[in-house]
Amino acid sequence: MRYLLLKHYRGGPAPVEGWTTMDRWTPAEVDAHMRYMRDFADRLQESGEFVDGQALAPEGTFVRYDGAGRPPVTDGPFAETKDLIAGWFVIDVASWDRAVQLAGELSAAPGAGGKPIQEWLEVRPFLTEAPTVAG
Amino acid sequence: MNESLLRELVPAVIGVLVRRGADFASAEDAVQEALIRALETWPDDPPREPKGWLVAVAWRKFLDAARAETSRRGREVAVQVEPPAGPAPATDDTLRLYFLCAHPTLPPASAVALTLRAVGGLTTRQIAAAYLVPEATMAQRISRAKRRITGLPLDQAGDLGTVLRVLYLVFNEGYGGDVDLAAEAIRLTRQLVALTAEPEVAGLLALMLLHHARRASRTGPQGRLVPLRDQDRSRWDTGLIAEGVVILQAALARDRLGEYQAQAAIAALHADARTTAETDWVQIVEWYDELLQLTGSPVVRLNRAVAVGEADGPRAGLAALADVSPDLPRYAAVTAYLHERAGDLDRAGELYVEAARAATSVPERDHLTREAARVRQVQGGAPC
Repeated sequence: MRYLLLKHYRGGPAPVEGWTTMDRWTPAEVDAHMRYMRDFADRLQESGEFVDGQALAPEGTFVRYDGAGRPPVTDGPFAETKDLIAGWFVIDVASWDRAVQLAGELSAAPGAGGKPIQEWLEVRPFLTEAPTVAG
Repeated sequence: MNESLLRELVPAVIGVLVRRGADFASAEDAVQEALIRALETWPDDPPREPKGWLVAVAWRKFLDAARAETSRRGREVAVQVEPPAGPAPATDDTLRLYFLCAHPTLPPASAVALTLRAVGGLTTRQIAAAYLVPEATMAQRISRAKRRITGLPLDQAGDLGTVLRVLYLVFNEGYGGDVDLAAEAIRLTRQLVALTAEPEVAGLLALMLLHHARRASRTGPQGRLVPLRDQDRSRWDTGLIAEGVVILQAALARDRLGEYQAQAAIAALHADARTTAETDWVQIVEWYDELLQLTGSPVVRLNRAVAVGEADGPRAGLAALADVSPDLPRYAAVTAYLHERAGDLDRAGELYVEAARAATSVPERDHLTREAARVRQVQGGAPC
């Protein structure tokens, strides 16, 4: 089963108490955090559960069609209030419980003072192709 | 025979098929099929004449495809089934392939893919893995590119500037996969140097060698980015530097300066210095002035400001930014560094955060985030 672990720059439930942005950490704390993220991806590779991992730039815009012969309409940059996706892991795991467990691990990445940042991550199942044997 | 020797034969074999009457697109497909077959069978059963083997197999693949096409269309094959005899001007063939694959009408990503396949002898799968796209997507990109250049004569000189830009792109975009794109770009540029007498081709090769020489020191543990000023210069490859400098000097002596020679000259000045402080920044600024005259590029203007900052102090560097657009990638990173050097750590911290937000790669973003944390800590008085 495939799941998306979605990381947000902002949006989602309120962050836990004492949360600070990375530039307020010490360089060693920043390093430790990045090492944790890389090790997490490596562990997924080793366990055969890794599918994809990507990061998104915070800049972007909304776009929509605006009728024949007209250029698309854009609405952006994103308003400060908008939910903003930062990146994701795609994992292929045995169960929903395993997906939640992994998201919990990822959210335990260390932050200021070496304490887990307890960042909210969104877990979403992928819809699959139709099964060969249906019913 | 190793894989790279096999790959070196590819452009010449395409040339043979084209001279026998095959059109470029079909010849290229046939050689790709023969190449894949060779990769499968040669390790266990190496041929005595590798090139002859490739020509024979590719020609058979081409005829099979042409016959299938004929019966599909109910028309005669236009090519001779028996190959005509004749001399083989393989070097001209290869040069023409460079021009054709990097044709100015092709989008850069297509020209890159086609060059790597037809000139570099890489398989579609390897190219797809290197650029992190599905193999089917890469196959489609290559066949669309070939359709676009269908009917273009193979016997005309093309646009060397476009060829050099394509090779530069291959060198600069080090992505994943098992193919070392930087090394491949160097191989293809080296081969092009042997085929042409243009000093700019030599300039590009020198530039690549001088940058490649620093590769081991450019990334630290866990893929962390190490900027030039912090690199362990004892890890630079002195052999590559020496080779790059010799090639560059010979090119400059011909007195036809171009952007790649100027960029290589800057790289050579860095290679020549034991530390950032010992670097001849005044001469580097002069080369940036030349480069600016040649290109008028805003990116050059931005990099020049960094050099001015080192040569004449950070305030002068910031002043040199006056006519540079803040929209440029790395603008915030450069201003952050110059403000830090000028002792304005508050502003530097803000700008590093802004620079991290604007970063276009993960290692760059992580590096700038670390820089922000570093100056903020210095600012807070804590030990670094």
